[in-house]
Amino acid sequence: MLLKEGQVRIPAGCAISGIFHKDGKKENGERIIKSISTMHDRSNGLGGGFAAYGIYPDFKNDYAFHIFYDSNRAKDECETYLKENFDIIAMAKIPTRRHPRITDEPMIFRYFVQPLQTVLAFSQLDEKEFVVRKVIHANHNIKGAYIFSSGKNVGVFKASGFPEDVGEYYMLENYEAYSWTCHGRYPTNTPGWWGGAHPFALLDTTVVHNGEISSYDANRRFIEMFGYSCDLLTDTEAITYIVDYLNRRIGLNYSEIANVIAAPFWSTIEKKPEEEKKRLTYLRNAFASLLVTGPFSILVGFEGGMMALNDRLKLRSMVVGEKDETVYIASEECAIRIMQPEFDKIYAPRGGEPVILTLNKGGNAQ
Amino acid sequence: MNMLYPQFEVIRNPSRCINCRACERQCANEVHGYDENLKIMTCDESKCVNCHRCVAICPTRALKIVKTDHTFKENANWTEKAITEIYRQAETGGVLLSSMGNPEQHPIYWDKILINASQVTNPSIDPLREPMETKTFLGKKPGKIERDENGNLIDNLPPHIELNMPVMFSAMSYGSISYNAHAALAKAARELGICYNTGEGGLHKDFYEYGENTIVQVASGRFGVHTDYLNAGAAIEIKMGQGAKPGIGGHLPGIKVGADISKTRMIPEGTDAISPAPHHDIYSIEDLRQLVYSLKEATNYKKPIMVKIAAVHNVSAIASGVARSGADIICIDGYRGGTGAAPTRIRDSVGIPIELALAAVDQRLRDEGIRDKVSIVVGGSIRNSSDLMKAILLGADACYIATAALLALGCHLCRTCQTGKCNWGIATQREDLVKRLNPEVGAKRLVNLVTAWNHELEEMMGGMGINSIEALRGNRLMLRGIGLTQKELDILGIKHAGE
Amino acid sequence: MEFTANTTYYQELQNQIRNCDDKEIIIKELYGQRYIGCATSDKNFKLYGTAGNGLGQYNNGSTIEVFGNCQEAVGDTMNSGDIIIHGNCGDACGYGMRGGRIFIEGDVGYRAGIHMKAYMDKFPVLIVGGKAGSFLGEYLAGGLIAILGNGAQGKMPCSYFCGTGMHGGKIILRCDEKPDGLPEQVLVSEMTEQDREELTPHIEDYCKYFGLNAKEILSNRFYVLTPNPNSGYNQLYTFE
Repeated sequence: MLLKEGQVRIPAGCAISGIFHKDGKKENGERIIKSISTMHDRSNGLGGGFAAYGIYPDFKNDYAFHIFYDSNRAKDECETYLKENFDIIAMAKIPTRRHPRITDEPMIFRYFVQPLQTVLAFSQLDEKEFVVRKVIHANHNIKGAYIFSSGKNVGVFKASGFPEDVGEYYMLENYEAYSWTCHGRYPTNTPGWWGGAHPFALLDTTVVHNGEISSYDANRRFIEMFGYSCDLLTDTEAITYIVDYLNRRIGLNYSEIANVIAAPFWSTIEKKPEEEKKRLTYLRNAFASLLVTGPFSILVGFEGGMMALNDRLKLRSMVVGEKDETVYIASEECAIRIMQPEFDKIYAPRGGEPVILTLNKGGNAQ
Repeated sequence: MNMLYPQFEVIRNPSRCINCRACERQCANEVHGYDENLKIMTCDESKCVNCHRCVAICPTRALKIVKTDHTFKENANWTEKAITEIYRQAETGGVLLSSMGNPEQHPIYWDKILINASQVTNPSIDPLREPMETKTFLGKKPGKIERDENGNLIDNLPPHIELNMPVMFSAMSYGSISYNAHAALAKAARELGICYNTGEGGLHKDFYEYGENTIVQVASGRFGVHTDYLNAGAAIEIKMGQGAKPGIGGHLPGIKVGADISKTRMIPEGTDAISPAPHHDIYSIEDLRQLVYSLKEATNYKKPIMVKIAAVHNVSAIASGVARSGADIICIDGYRGGTGAAPTRIRDSVGIPIELALAAVDQRLRDEGIRDKVSIVVGGSIRNSSDLMKAILLGADACYIATAALLALGCHLCRTCQTGKCNWGIATQREDLVKRLNPEVGAKRLVNLVTAWNHELEEMMGGMGINSIEALRGNRLMLRGIGLTQKELDILGIKHAGE
Repeated sequence: MEFTANTTYYQELQNQIRNCDDKEIIIKELYGQRYIGCATSDKNFKLYGTAGNGLGQYNNGSTIEVFGNCQEAVGDTMNSGDIIIHGNCGDACGYGMRGGRIFIEGDVGYRAGIHMKAYMDKFPVLIVGGKAGSFLGEYLAGGLIAILGNGAQGKMPCSYFCGTGMHGGKIILRCDEKPDGLPEQVLVSEMTEQDREELTPHIEDYCKYFGLNAKEILSNRFYVLTPNPNSGYNQLYTFE
């Protein structure tokens, strides 16, 4: 019997693509679907997914949970757990359309929730940490239920299948986002479990990733000290937790996070001006176990921003195109040319040097 | 009557021997002699320890040492070793004493662990052409950041040791080994950008200049411990135990305490140097914290404090206590670790293998969420670069080597250090023997050894697509067991080959 | 400079002391703060209250006078200097001490003076006015321990296993009868004139600190413990 994510570690190759509107302008999912479909051969039909920011303006202060259920029993159990901890503001089945190449669908539900103030106060945790622990607990303990999206005003949509089919299945033309990321997966050994598709998300951090990191177990065993549970055994999951830990828990900004996970070589650091040398040495030494080696290119989505990052040897391809206030990033140039034939600027970021995009001041991301 | 038949035979090829008497001059055990009347070389093999000095020095290759085929009646239970030990004790009433590491046939887990390599799904890296990083920092991590008023990061890292590669020479005192052996270790450590360790015998004034590459040790005897000494090195190591003799103190007989050693240990010439079994100011874990912080106070919090313990049954709980004592680095010494002298029964049957101890400690510290509060250094028979690699993949930050270092200096593991007649100038204080070890040559050989290991380490790292030591540490998915039981695999935290 | 310790954490207090250039350091209301005088070499401490563990550890020449009792590990691995205690002292006092002197007005706890050793001009001295606990001078390798037995009514002023493993140095006990039950590593004899001469200057200093009469003390009967040269460890082992 084939094992699914979480029972065995599955290396995967992939394609990634993203769009970011710095002015907060929104667009629906049609172009991002078109983009990823040009890289069809980088996926193998065993996983595709999207993350979209700014799509729930009416519930922008509520945590939006997207949940897969294998059974009604799992749904009951998970909803009981949610009700013990959260006030459910609204819930509904996530709309999908029937699709010939998307099969074996689980039940897919969306909940807008607020932590129950009494439970939150009793836990002595800050609100985000409270939500994180509840999500990790549910995913780790409730069999047949899987919360795959948990941020505010952001949604992840993923399934087993080619990404362009997944996009059609979820009717992404109906969502308006200022930031889109997308992933097509090429796992080497999987039955194609929906939860194993990417993006991987925790709160408003979503990660799509191409490559197989060689530091996986060193990173995993370190990050698990801090309450994270790497249940899927995928690189993307570990990278998401690392980014969440360094940003939300430690307080590093995204540029500093890039200096940790794709730290420059010591020989490179040595050549920097004194202050910069000290800063880079500190970051690399203080968070040594979070250095990620091996090939990766990632798009990290977060509230109001996006970071693109290659491993420090740049073992994976990545292209960035800028046109007016919109930035396009993908594994291959064709995937951004199809969305935008002309660019003001187009370039391949160097290994370990992050491209960090944030909404302009006053940018309307509502 | 002597019931003990010599263990070795000295075979001299008469057609090659030219009676140059070099063997006679070289053997401190006085095995070789010359019969003036008969004009032939003679030998008393009962004194031979099989150290190969004569063999190596013989210009015509006329000598070899073989194991005697003299035998007892075969017995799988009462082996020759078991029988002769009885004879020896019956004759003397003494405690059996041995030196160097446990030679018994216990499992060597390093040899039952296999390393991974990349194929297709991610690339291997060519270490000869691409950067490959083995620089290692030992010490606590801050676990949180601080910023100044401009939002810049403040360097809040506790003191640490910086090494060019994850290897150090472990503690061997001046007294147990010679001045020249220490000089060779110190020089090599400096050239390699790593550290050597003074052991518990204090620091000779000539070696203060190697301070940056020195770890000074504080053991129960507190020999040579004073404020200058504490501030002389890159770090201070509290020796709580040693793999070869957990729970046992030490004893350097007065006869070995000559003028120079007396100065270094700061005890009068010719007096016994006894290290009590415990530190008498540490009878409980909170007392360890007291000693750790006394050393931090004495060095104004500028030196990382290491605590060295022997790998014993409860090692993970002990290590957890040590990690919470304020220690910056925990050193764990496995039961195969060497010694200048230890009771045989203790050396051979007390303690546990370093592989299992390391795996258990690393996992325990992670389970408690305190793995980055402390670095782990392991020793107790790291024999080559793949042992080193496996140790780091299991979770070690660096390894200590001592037996391997002595071998590089010429040691032949004859395991008679306690006699003080080391023909290779290592475990001796006799001036004529000490000068046989040239510190420059010795240092060069040590540099060669460690450099070669580092190349091999890089080669293996490249093969698995890892170009930095940080990504190696604790990366157990890169290991598989072979021929191990499920229990052993569970303790090591690795899967079986094929899984 | 005068400090008030009260409940200040020792690291904070020690920092204040380190940052103070004054030679004279007075600390009032000491409540067990650790390591006062640790690894210092040129200060004069006057401490009021209860001195914490590791008082004068690695002391390299400072004088530390305590008006109150002391806890554990006083003068641990000390190299030189004087520690004067107007009160009692806890366990493991003077462990591994190489030089300097510790004067205790009252009693000392278990394991005082373990593994004291002398070297060149360094000669450790431990003088205790009252009684000592068990394992006094264990592994003694050098230096001088004197127990003056105030309050012992002429009986042996220390408890069991005195001088176990002793292989150097001297332990002087004030008592009326020859101490017995001592381990085989120890030889006992009545104090000689030479011993008395050796002891006298230290007793004189001791008396100066505590306002006592040296002549009167020295007129008592003392026994001297020295290592038995015939009970070394050399016969203990046989080699492979």
